[in-house]
Amino acid sequence: MQNAILDKIDQMKMREGVAKMEPGDTVRAHVRIREGEKERIQIFEGTVIAQNNTGLRETVTLRKISFGSVAVERIFPIHSPIIAEFEIVRRTRVRRAKLYYLRNLRGKAARLRERDRR
Amino acid sequence: MAPGILGKKIGMTQIFDGQGRVIPVTAVQAGPCVVVQRKTVEKDGYSAIQLGLVEFIKESRVTKPRLGHFKKAGVEAARYVREFPIAGDAELKAGDRILAAEFKPNDRIDITAKPKGRGFQGVVKRHGFSGGPDSHGSMTHRAPGSIGQSSYPSRVIKGVRMGGRMGGTKVTTIGLQVVEVLEEDNVILVRGAVPGPNGGYVMVRRSQKQ
Repeated sequence: MQNAILDKIDQMKMREGVAKMEPGDTVRAHVRIREGEKERIQIFEGTVIAQNNTGLRETVTLRKISFGSVAVERIFPIHSPIIAEFEIVRRTRVRRAKLYYLRNLRGKAARLRERDRR
Repeated sequence: MAPGILGKKIGMTQIFDGQGRVIPVTAVQAGPCVVVQRKTVEKDGYSAIQLGLVEFIKESRVTKPRLGHFKKAGVEAARYVREFPIAGDAELKAGDRILAAEFKPNDRIDITAKPKGRGFQGVVKRHGFSGGPDSHGSMTHRAPGSIGQSSYPSRVIKGVRMGGRMGGTKVTTIGLQVVEVLEEDNVILVRGAVPGPNGGYVMVRRSQKQ
């Protein structure tokens, strides 16, 4: 977006202090779930396979394998108020921005190498 | 309370509401506006205020008759001037400022503007006709079909909807909702779309219907 005022609206609405995620990271997304009157936090832990950096509408796609065989992908709008926080669990070394190739791999082939912590 | 304000459409974006739902909004630069003239029943036969949108504009860009009109009110030269009807006892006089802060979230407003010109359009786009089938040997794809009867009346009745110029004529979208007001920027965020191109001038009025 080029317009100064639209940018300003975006800036204003964006949340601060969001963990800086990168493709290949394993992230725990804390999502607020409302059940009637009560509110609880649900955690979705998965690998960042794609990011869409568009200001306020920024999203991150997390992929996880649940029950060992069912792959689940969820797209989270980072600045949405339903997200409580993101917690980075693990960082890996990857060479692409979009890890869609993981969809075609399973089991051992879908592993990612841990990044050197230096 | 001001009956309305003049503004400029900035463009659309999205914001989140408290439950994480996305609301499409149009940002409208609303004001600052200045009352250029107060029309009264005694003098003009009806009661209204004439508002000008305050934008920096060279005096040489304004026609001389208009410049004189602004000088008389002692206000800045404005490119966009419109009139709003107002109750006879309203306390607004020439020179008064009207700002976006007049509006509050959840206010209902009507927006009048000139939509984008669409040029010569067929009957499907212009009037929402369904057209004919695309395939199975069909030869009437986007044609209007029959436009009247045969020997009697032997002519096409006036007002039959056909293709032609679309857009570019004044339109009012009614019952729009104010989502947020950014007072320091004089910007209001309106839920949904507003007629006209980005950068087009718009007239914002309080809705008659609530």
